[in-house]
Amino acid sequence: MKFAVIVFPGSNCDVDMFHAIKDELGAEAEYVWHSEGSLDGYDGVLLPGGFSYGDYLRSGAIARFSNVMNEVVKAAEAGKPVLGVCNGFQILLEAGLLPGAMRRNQNLKFMCRTVQLKVENADTLFTLGYEQGEVIQIPIAHGEGNYYCNEETLIKLEENKQIAFTYHGENPNGSLADIAGITNEKGNVLGMMPHPERAVDTLLGSADGLRLFQSIVKHWRESHVVIA
Amino acid sequence: MSLLLEPNPELIKSERIYAEMGLSDDEFAMVENTLGRLPNYTELGLFSVMWSEHCSYKNSKPVLRKFPTTGEKVLQGPGEGAGIVDIGDNQAVVFKIESHNHPSAIEPYQGAATGVGGIIRDVFSMGARPIALLNSLRFGELKSARGKYLFKEVVAGIAGYGNCIGIPTVGGEIQFDSSYEGNPLVNAMCVGLINHEDIKKGQAHGVGNTVMYVGAKTGRDGIHGATFASEELTDASEEKRPAVQVGDPFMEKLLLEACLELIHSDALIGIQDMGAAGLTSSSAEMASKAGSGIEMNLDLVPQRETGMSAYEMMLSESQERMLIVVTKGREQEIVDLFSKYELEAVSIGTVTDDQKLRLVHKGEVVADVPVDALAEEAPVYNKPSSEPAFYREFQEMEVSAPVIEDYSETLKNLLSQPTIASKEWVYDQYDYMVRTNTVVAPGSDAAVVRIRETNKALAMTTDCNSRYLYLDPEAGGKIAVAEAARNIVCSGAEPLAITDCLNFGNPEKPEIFWQIEKAVDGMSEACRTLSTPVIGGNVSLYNETNGEAVYPTPVVGMVGLVHDVRHITTQSFKQSGDLIYVIGETKEEFGGSELQKMLSGKIFGKAPEIDLEVELKRQKQLLTAIQGGLVASAHDIAEGGFAVAVAESLFGEKQLGADVTISGHAAAALFSETQSRFLISVRPENQTEFEELVEDANLIGKVTDVPELTISDSGRQPIVTESVNELFTAWKGAIPCLLS
Repeated sequence: MKFAVIVFPGSNCDVDMFHAIKDELGAEAEYVWHSEGSLDGYDGVLLPGGFSYGDYLRSGAIARFSNVMNEVVKAAEAGKPVLGVCNGFQILLEAGLLPGAMRRNQNLKFMCRTVQLKVENADTLFTLGYEQGEVIQIPIAHGEGNYYCNEETLIKLEENKQIAFTYHGENPNGSLADIAGITNEKGNVLGMMPHPERAVDTLLGSADGLRLFQSIVKHWRESHVVIA
Repeated sequence: MSLLLEPNPELIKSERIYAEMGLSDDEFAMVENTLGRLPNYTELGLFSVMWSEHCSYKNSKPVLRKFPTTGEKVLQGPGEGAGIVDIGDNQAVVFKIESHNHPSAIEPYQGAATGVGGIIRDVFSMGARPIALLNSLRFGELKSARGKYLFKEVVAGIAGYGNCIGIPTVGGEIQFDSSYEGNPLVNAMCVGLINHEDIKKGQAHGVGNTVMYVGAKTGRDGIHGATFASEELTDASEEKRPAVQVGDPFMEKLLLEACLELIHSDALIGIQDMGAAGLTSSSAEMASKAGSGIEMNLDLVPQRETGMSAYEMMLSESQERMLIVVTKGREQEIVDLFSKYELEAVSIGTVTDDQKLRLVHKGEVVADVPVDALAEEAPVYNKPSSEPAFYREFQEMEVSAPVIEDYSETLKNLLSQPTIASKEWVYDQYDYMVRTNTVVAPGSDAAVVRIRETNKALAMTTDCNSRYLYLDPEAGGKIAVAEAARNIVCSGAEPLAITDCLNFGNPEKPEIFWQIEKAVDGMSEACRTLSTPVIGGNVSLYNETNGEAVYPTPVVGMVGLVHDVRHITTQSFKQSGDLIYVIGETKEEFGGSELQKMLSGKIFGKAPEIDLEVELKRQKQLLTAIQGGLVASAHDIAEGGFAVAVAESLFGEKQLGADVTISGHAAAALFSETQSRFLISVRPENQTEFEELVEDANLIGKVTDVPELTISDSGRQPIVTESVNELFTAWKGAIPCLLS
């Protein structure tokens, strides 16, 4: 399985995502510069964290106009797994691939720490390696992770089981319904504020994030065996 | 100001306009003599910034020469953007610390942010990938609204820049004392990694080669920043806010990636950051170091504002700019490379052979000055030095141990002193994990960052206890280096070298100059004994507010090499049953201690003594024990003494306690700040081997599974019995409480 790690000007977790895939997951990964016009040949798309375009104007607001985003939309429509982490999540919201919007953290400060997440839906291609309701340790590092949507959207998210992860215990940023990560209706696009790619090696703390990537690969293998 | 309004050379002399720019009558006469004529306004500006203390070290040079700067692993000592030390396997570590005190006092967010931006450029201009940031901060005691504002905004500025550019801020230190109330210290350190063949220098070689300008456009911000940094702060300093630059970390991220691609091009001859004194220092220094000259056409300089004069362009300290020299004829390759990152790369001049900096603007030569006169020939002053009367008084003072009625309460109070208390409120705002190499995060003795694709890691720390330096600058200087090395060793690393940032008051005052001399003497001796040469650094003088100097604060930034990631050790106790040791004996030393400051509101007496040979021996033995896998946890005993160290070792993830017995005078055993001591825990099965290896280790108790700290005196009477949770709450909540 081959992943595209999209690099926007100002992305800075691209390296982390790349190494998580190559070194820890053992799958293929390549950097794809934002001006590229094609994502053919990639089986999954990863939008890493960082400060695309300096987060000027609004997080993700400029990046979503990048050339490559048309291809990301196509990949999502084609059912390929698309994961946006932190700034990548913000870009997916701006691009309309996921519903809702981000506000600044409730305390108006950037925060970096390891938090507890609860797996709300272990039935997605990103979470099948977790137990339903399992609590995992994943770091966060963001200033604008306070997820918000209107009531109608929240009801839909809940009904469709689109809420993949919630904060367990303390909600660090004040997000609606403690939301930490959501999928699209089809379940092949996941956006999350916490950084699973920072939790793939016990030397650095938690390795709970690795199973998320393993889930993607497992699902890909199984679905391809079926098709073949 | 347009050219038309600039005073002519005669007026500059008759009205002593040079004095407003910080040049003395004698210095102006030297300029006149060098040129063989009167300088025009632009030329005067060039001399004024290049001969400022900030750029020329004219007051500190004779002292700085005392530092040991060589060693078998030193690949680059002071003089370039940053120093470089070999770490084997064709790799090297690049690091430097720099101050941004004056800008931060006036505009704390941007002052701190651009301090971070500047030090990052110093590292990647050498060709190195920046891998970590640290800082060393000093503020007043968080009592005034202004003090709290400065603290919050400096932290936000450091976070804003470092987080956005994506370099983890992994460590640092913060101390609070009223001497910094009006003049906070903001020192930023950057550590980078490089392969030997990629090392680049800031030199303009090859007559006819092209001088190119890359990065952000030049605006009117930061004009005369270097001159401003070489004056005392006064109530009128607020008016100098325009001398503070504004940072754009996104721009620097692009510049960083472009420059790291550029260093692999053989078209690149030299590269230098446009830091203090911007275009002037980068061009003059690159030419001077190469023995060449540079001619630039200022019409070609990318400008953010219209109608800028030559003077303004040359003195602007706009951020995120670099000057590079490339092989003639290959400019287009460079333009193409930078355009990928949507950055400008513009040819603005050529390398010449006449050793002059010649500037053309609107068809006229607006400056024609020997580069060596700017970069090398600033006057050097041997300032008068005199021992302050208070030093003698402190030396002769007998300080008796304070009488303590409730040891538990005293410990809790100490843990909630802001200098000792948890700094989580601060580092929670820094992305310390990005690039996913941070093995030991902020909050331990030293931060540890692994090196991918090797078994190695780098340990790094910043240190300086300025209270000791105030009481005794020589002893304090030794302690600053020794304590940094202690932190490095406790993390499992071998100390390699230091970078320093000498923050002092006005050197024109003989008592301040004496402090500088003595501190450097002490640091130099410690660097020699501990084999950690000085590979670069920065001097920040004139740290005074309305005539009152800050405590002498020569911050030490040290980097060490962890030879195998399995050696990485942290300060927290690991498991119940482990044996607790203190390495070193404790004396009754309270001068400059946290306890003395807390109980009396001031510091007095002698600083703690330090024997560098003893220090070296203990560090070596401890490191050998750590590398042999015999040590479960290691923590240096510093501010607040043993009791604070043992409490901090209990604040790890596990719910553990400790039961220890002290000997000798109780107040001293608990709170004295005797140097060269360590708090260690060892698994019982390693007891014999550890004790044989570490001569001065004294077994004092063990780790328990009840989260409680019990300290008994020599008569086996408990004098501290406190739940770890109580202690933790006092320690963790102190800074948020002071700020709310």
